[in-house]
Parts: sequence; structure tokens; C-alpha cells
Amino acid sequence: MSGMEFEAIIGLEVHAEIATRSKMFCSCPVLDTTQAEPNQAVCPVCSGMPGTLPVVNRRAVELGLRVALALGCDIPPVSVFARKNYFYPDLPKGYQISQYRYPLAVNGVLEIAVDGERRPIRVRRVHLEEDTGKLTHMQDEHGAYSLVDLNRAGVPLLEIVSEPDMRSAAEARAYGEALRQILRYLQVNSGDMQKGVLRFEANVSLRPKGATGLGTRTEIKNLNSFRALERSIEYEIERQSALLRRGETVIQQTVGWDEAREITLVQRGKEEEDDYRYFPEPDLPPLVISAEWLASIRSALPELPHARQQRFEQAYGLRPYDAGVLTAEAEIADYFEAVVRAAADVPPRQVANWITGELFGLLNRQEGRITHIPLPADEFAHLLRFVQAGEINTAAAKRVLAEMLESGDPAAEIIARRGLRQISDADALAAWVDQVLNENPAEVQAYLDGKEGLLNWFFGQVMRLSKGKADPQVVRRVLEGRLQALKGE
Amino acid sequence: MNEVLLLTAAQMQAGLRRGEYSSQELTRACLEQIERLEDRLHAFITLAPEMALEQARRADELLTAWRRQGGELPPLLGIPLAVKDVLAVRGLPCTAGSRILEGFVPPYNATAVERVLQAGAVVLGKTNTDEFAMGSSTENSAFGVTHNPWNLERVPGGSSGGSAAAVAGRMAPFALGTDTGGSVRQPAAFCGLTGLKPTYGRISRYGLFAYASSLDTVGVLAHTAEDAALLYGVMQGEDVRDATSLRAPVEAVDLSAPPDFERLRLGVVKEYRQHDIQPEIAAALEKVVRQFQEMGATVQEVSLPSTRHAVPVYYLIAPAEASANLARYDGIRYGPRQPADTLPDLYRRTRGRLFGREVKRRIMLGTFALSAGYQEAYYGKAQRVRQMMQQDFARAFEQVDVLLAPVAPTTAFPIGAHRGDPLSMYLEDIFTLPANLTGVPAISFPAGFDQSGLPVGLQLLGGPRQEALLLQLVHAFQQVTAWHNRTPPLVLEE
Repeated sequence: MSGMEFEAIIGLEVHAEIATRSKMFCSCPVLDTTQAEPNQAVCPVCSGMPGTLPVVNRRAVELGLRVALALGCDIPPVSVFARKNYFYPDLPKGYQISQYRYPLAVNGVLEIAVDGERRPIRVRRVHLEEDTGKLTHMQDEHGAYSLVDLNRAGVPLLEIVSEPDMRSAAEARAYGEALRQILRYLQVNSGDMQKGVLRFEANVSLRPKGATGLGTRTEIKNLNSFRALERSIEYEIERQSALLRRGETVIQQTVGWDEAREITLVQRGKEEEDDYRYFPEPDLPPLVISAEWLASIRSALPELPHARQQRFEQAYGLRPYDAGVLTAEAEIADYFEAVVRAAADVPPRQVANWITGELFGLLNRQEGRITHIPLPADEFAHLLRFVQAGEINTAAAKRVLAEMLESGDPAAEIIARRGLRQISDADALAAWVDQVLNENPAEVQAYLDGKEGLLNWFFGQVMRLSKGKADPQVVRRVLEGRLQALKGE
Repeated sequence: MNEVLLLTAAQMQAGLRRGEYSSQELTRACLEQIERLEDRLHAFITLAPEMALEQARRADELLTAWRRQGGELPPLLGIPLAVKDVLAVRGLPCTAGSRILEGFVPPYNATAVERVLQAGAVVLGKTNTDEFAMGSSTENSAFGVTHNPWNLERVPGGSSGGSAAAVAGRMAPFALGTDTGGSVRQPAAFCGLTGLKPTYGRISRYGLFAYASSLDTVGVLAHTAEDAALLYGVMQGEDVRDATSLRAPVEAVDLSAPPDFERLRLGVVKEYRQHDIQPEIAAALEKVVRQFQEMGATVQEVSLPSTRHAVPVYYLIAPAEASANLARYDGIRYGPRQPADTLPDLYRRTRGRLFGREVKRRIMLGTFALSAGYQEAYYGKAQRVRQMMQQDFARAFEQVDVLLAPVAPTTAFPIGAHRGDPLSMYLEDIFTLPANLTGVPAISFPAGFDQSGLPVGLQLLGGPRQEALLLQLVHAFQQVTAWHNRTPPLVLEE
């Protein structure tokens, strides 16, 4: 098999917490489980006390349906909750309420873009379930023991399962990012990976290039960042192809990603896999989704990222790259459109340049992303309108912007305070031009002898003399006029 | 014995309001009767005398105020009752008859309990039950066997045997039970009581320690249909905590108007005639059929071919659901955790040592019935047959209004009779299981005595939500018969 080329077949399972106020089957609040004291949001229902019963959180279903609609899924009129049976101390009832044979939605699609090329990835199913609690393993003078925190137990989860349509770690990452973006747009999930609200599992198998069957797959668990997702798949592809090249076989098993060592470790083999004994949850009647309910959810769907990007390109004449950057986050896209509305005289492309260039440069990035702009859109629009009207120049505007972010003061106030109003009066500027030419006779002579590159140097001197307030275009015109006159003498 | 204990709950209600006795006197009389007979009957797992007397004291205050000022009184005000120990009463231990729940005190009330407390009832204590309601004799309790007040060598039936013995022993005028596969009706029949199993979902299951969720119902054990109606009336109705509770509007049960026997179509199940049953029960059935005919009812034979599958279907579905429902008792949060070096050993030892034999048998049956490769052949097939039974019953209730049937093939059997032979015990449930599998209401009522002086019970089954009709019919029957008025000699002896 050495020398053989392999193709990777990758499918992803994504678990996304649904951002409801209360849990999936009880009225306990959903807390930030990375911050809250253990077992603060726990009641007889979510701790699985005997005799208690689940009641479906309709809001969680609604948000699940939003995602299903955004992914273009088929949504059957009835779906059924099922019990997934297994023992673990973080699972208070000894079974997880999930969906199995009749999930909330099936047959969706998510488009991804890799290297500028868009490709559809099929979504097999979307279903609702409840999260488990969390164990903390301890080791101290009492020996080894584990602590159980049930804050997260019963938090609504959406499981989104793709078809094995991805062919590289980069595509898997793109899928994960595209899904995260949609979840954020739909306000279903914050996408905050560090808080564990979005988690991935990847199925990876290899087959000889050109083959059509599927090879033996491994399942990688415990992927809590895009980096882990991408690196673990790369690692697993590498590991499997090495095995195959040596003429060995891949064993079907579940592996865990060891973040620190950047390797996958076997968790369990196929023969140790649990039989979850799924059966319909008798405590919950089938979930009926009426056409009216679905229609009302559909009508409240926001514009989705890709549609919005295309509209930005067409309606505002933006370059695809800028449109992509501006629509990465719904809040940024909203901001852009608010500024465009408030600064109607400023061309949208300029607004886009100011936001993606100057403004983004001044803001703090969260995990490499800007998700929030702490400057009211109309304040920012004011500033751009000053620039557009020629009242201040670009260099000054950049200083004003930095100060606006720092102090929170309006642009007009900062311009007045710093005396940055642009001087466009040619007579006033002529005095500075003359001063520069008079004080630098050697440079003037050099220029006249043919060193025309010095024009920019003169220009810079004049601007400096004006402390940046001079209108650059007028300066350039006056300067060129003066030098032309000197040449003619 | 205090004569007041021979009264029905409805008579107690009237006596309390007339001031003939106080709730505290009534409650004390019950507690004394428990004191007197508990050694022999062992009806209770937990007694709550202080809580009961405190509730009685508050009831007396309300009664005193009411006599001065008038107004509305909650229907059960001041009347004592007993609660089967699978229903949560806040602040009282709830064992479900199992050692695995030792030390567990629920911080919540079952909805049924909440509603009887709201209605002013006084809770005397928690009654014995087969472990997790799995059994037909109350022999499977981890806390000892309950004895039948009619004959201490006999079982009281099960799994609500503690509640049945308590009511038959006049320790409480009525009691809450649960019926998953006959567990209210069969002990009612064995102890000479009236036992109502409502339509599935009619009374909330919230706080009922689940055995088989799609079959579990909360029911009533009482002396008369009138008392059963009184207790059922305050518990029934939708509950937001139970998604399977019926959304149907609730009709008040009016027993004052006699049912229209002239228009009543009574069905007798053809297949049951071929069944081997104790001759006195068969005779009682024929006699009651004649009595209903004399009152004006039309009688016809109805065929329910699928009922012959009731036992295997039930003993696949109920254990399957139980195997999941009982997974929470894992030694992590409940029960004295057994020491172990690994997590699987912790589970194995805790569950292995603290669950009883019958519970373990059903968990294994259910786990197997749901296993990959077998689920379709066992659980799946059982569900399909269950649907056939539901269709059979729907057809039957187009032809007739009610069905009359035996409750059990025999009267109360001797303690230990089925020991070591679980299948023979399961076959005891043949007549009660169909009502659970199809969800329809059924009521068992006293209809005679056998040669050894043990009560004979029969049951009426109605279409979905026909509790009122069933209660009216049995009430009318009890106006012209006296089987329900008999009291076990043990109770009357000085």
C-alpha cells in the first residue's frame, strides 16, 4: 500500500447549548457553568429525584427549529423524545432524554467556503437533548474521589450531525465556523468555545483516492476549540495513513484529543461500545410541530450570513472580502448598516474601509474576532461626515476616532478641543508653503535641478507646519503652483 | 375499637361538620387502631403521628371557624388517610419498599398528595408496597410482608397491599394506591374493598416513584364507591408538571342521580369464560350479571382476542420502562453506597445488594427486551400487540358501555404460595393488565365471599374518561348489596 494516495472522509457532530433562560425540562435557570458555584441551579427534576417528570421547554424547541430552518432542513410534523440509557455519575437519571428515531429535523445543508470556493455540506439530522452534569476529579489526603456539579444537567442542547462530506481538516474547520456563525446570528448560542457551549466530535476515515466505499472510521471526542478540531483531524489522518501505508488496518474506536500533547488517545474500542437501548420517552408525548408554529418561527428568522454578504456586495458595492468581514457577526453588520444610514452622504465603501481598517485596528479582539463596537453608530457617522465635508482631514480623523473610543466624547467636541478643523483656505495655506520654500533653499534648488521626488518632502513639511490641519489637496495644489512658478523664472 | 372507625369517609365528613367528633379525635382513633393491629398486619412502612395530629389540629381550627362563620370547606377537611409509599410526601421518608432508598426524604409532594392535603386530608403515614410496586402480594417489600386482615395467613394482594390492609383493618377510612398492572384493583378485591384505577393521565403521576411510566396510575382504595369518588374527585385533573396528564376538561362525579340502567349495555368478555377461575368468583360474576340485568341493563358477550397476550406484553413493556426508571438508583445519590474500587463495581455492588430479587429480575428482563438485536423482537413487538389491544378495546366500547370481569383468578392466596415461581405469580394479573395496557379506567368492588370467608372482587372497565359512569354504577350496586359493609372479624374482636 506504500505510495498510495488517500482521501479523508470526515463527518462532524456538533453539540450546541441552546441559550434559553431555563433548562430543557425544568424551570431551573441556565447559568454560566464556568463561573457559577457548583449545584446552584438544581431542582428535583434536573437532579433526577424519583417521581419527578420532564416538561418540554417550548422556547428551546423554537430555537432548535430556527436552526433547522436556517439549515434548510425537512421538519416532520411530529418528533419523538427517546431515552438514551447509560450509567455515569454526571447523568442523574441514568438516561439522557434525547431524540433518536424521529429527530426534530433532517436533510439540511450548510455551505462552507474554503479558499474562496463555496461547497455544500449535507446535514443529516438536528435533534434536541439535555446536557449532562460535570465531574471534577479530586486527589488529596483522602485519596481519589470525584465531585458532581449538576448546574449543567438538563441544559438544552442541539445536536447537529453532518453527512461525511468533508475531505480535509480545513473543511471541517470551515464547517464548524460557518455553523457557529449561524448559531450566533440566530441568537441560539453565544459560540463561546471557552465556556463549552459549543463542542465537536469528528468521524474520520480514509480511503484510496478514487475509491467509493468507506474505510473504517475513528471518532474523536472532546474537541473544544477550532484549533483542536483542525489539529486532531490532521493528526488522525496522518496516523491512519501511516497505518495503512504499513499495510495495517484501522480499528474502529473512539479516541480522545489530548490537547497538551496534541495526540489522540484510545478511549474505547467497538466491542466496548455501550448499547444505549434507546426507546421512546414515555414521560413525554410526541412533540407536535404545527404548520402555524413553524410559519411564525420562519417569519421571524433574521437574514443569514451568506445572504447578507451577497446583499452587501450588491447594494453597497463592497468587495467580497469586506462584505465577508462585515457580515461575520450580525452585530457588526447591523453597525455598518446603521452608520451607512446615518451618514447618507458618505459612500458605503468608505464606511466599510473605516470600519474594517481604522476602527477594527483600534479595538480589542476576542479569540481573533471583533464581536462588539463600543461606539454608537451615529457618533461614528458624525465623524465620517466631517471627513466627507472636508472639515477635517483623514489623518486628523484617525486621531479623533482614537480619542472618541478612549473618552467617549463626541467627534465635534474633540475636533474643537484639539483645533483640528481643516484649513482649506488657499491664502492661509500659501503662507505655510512660502515659509517652507524660503527656509529650504538647497532643497528647492535640488528640485529645480530635476529631483522631483522632493515634492512629497515639501508637502510633508507643510503638513507638519499646519499640525495636520491643512487640507492636503489644497496644499498640494498651492505647492505645485509655487514650484511651477519658480521653474518658469 | 372506636366505633367511629366503622364509618365511611363520607360519613366522617358529615360527622366532622356536625361537630360529633373532632379531626383530632378521629386521627387519634386511627392511630390507636394502627397501634392495636400493626403488629399483625404490618400495613405501614412509616407512621407520621405528629404530622397527622398537627394537620388534624389545623383542620379542627378551620371547622370551628366554619361553624361560627360558615363559608366553603375543603372537601376532605379533617379526614385521615394513608398513602402508599411510592408517592412523595414532603418531609416523610419515601422508600418504595426498597432498601436502595433508605434515608431518602423527598423535598416535594406528589401532585396527588398535594391535592389531598389542599383538600384538608390528614396523612397518617406511608403504607407497605412490593418493592417499586413490582408484585401482586406485597411479599416483595424490603420491609416485611403485609397480612390480609380477613386471614393473616393470606396475602393482602399487591402491590398496594399496605393501603388495602390499612383500609380493611379500619386503620384509615381510605388510602392512596397506585395501579400499574392491577396494583389497586387486586388488593381491593383481596381485602373486600372498592378500588378505582382511573384513565391513564387522569391523575398526575408527578411524585409517583416511577415503575412503568406508560402504565402507572394513581388510584384509590376505599370501602365504597362514594368514598372513592370523594378522594378521586380532589386528585383528578390536568397538572402542568406531568406532560402526560389529560388535558380533557374534568367533570364532577355526581352520585346523586342513579345511572340509566335501561340504556346500559354491559359486556362480558368471551375469552374470560374459558379461563380457569375459582368457582366462587365465576358464580359471583354470573350473579352480578343477573343483578345488572334485573336493574335493566342489556348484557352481551364481547370478544377481545388480543387480551390473551396481556401477560407477555405487560411483562416486556413494564420491565423495559422499569429498567430505565430504576437506573437513577446507582449508589451515587441514593442508598447506602457500597464500597468499591471502580465505578462499575460501585454500581454492581450497590444495585446488586440493595435491590430485591424481583426488582433485579425485572431490570434484567427489561434490559434484555431493549437490547440491540432483540429490541424489535421483544419490546417492539410488545408495543405493536399493545396497539392491537387498544383497537380491540376501542371496538368493544362501541358495542358496550362497560365490561364486567373478574379481578383475579382466585381470592387472596396464602403467603408464600407463589414463592420461587414468578411466572405463576405473573399469571395472577391476567384480568387486570388490559386496563393498564389500554389506559382505560376500571373499578373493582366487593361481590361476595368464598367458602373460606375471603372476599370476592369483580371489576367494571369503562371507555376512556368514564370514571364517573363506573363510580355511579358501583354506587348504585352498593345501594342494593351489602358486601362492602362487612368487616374482618379481626377488626371487630376486642
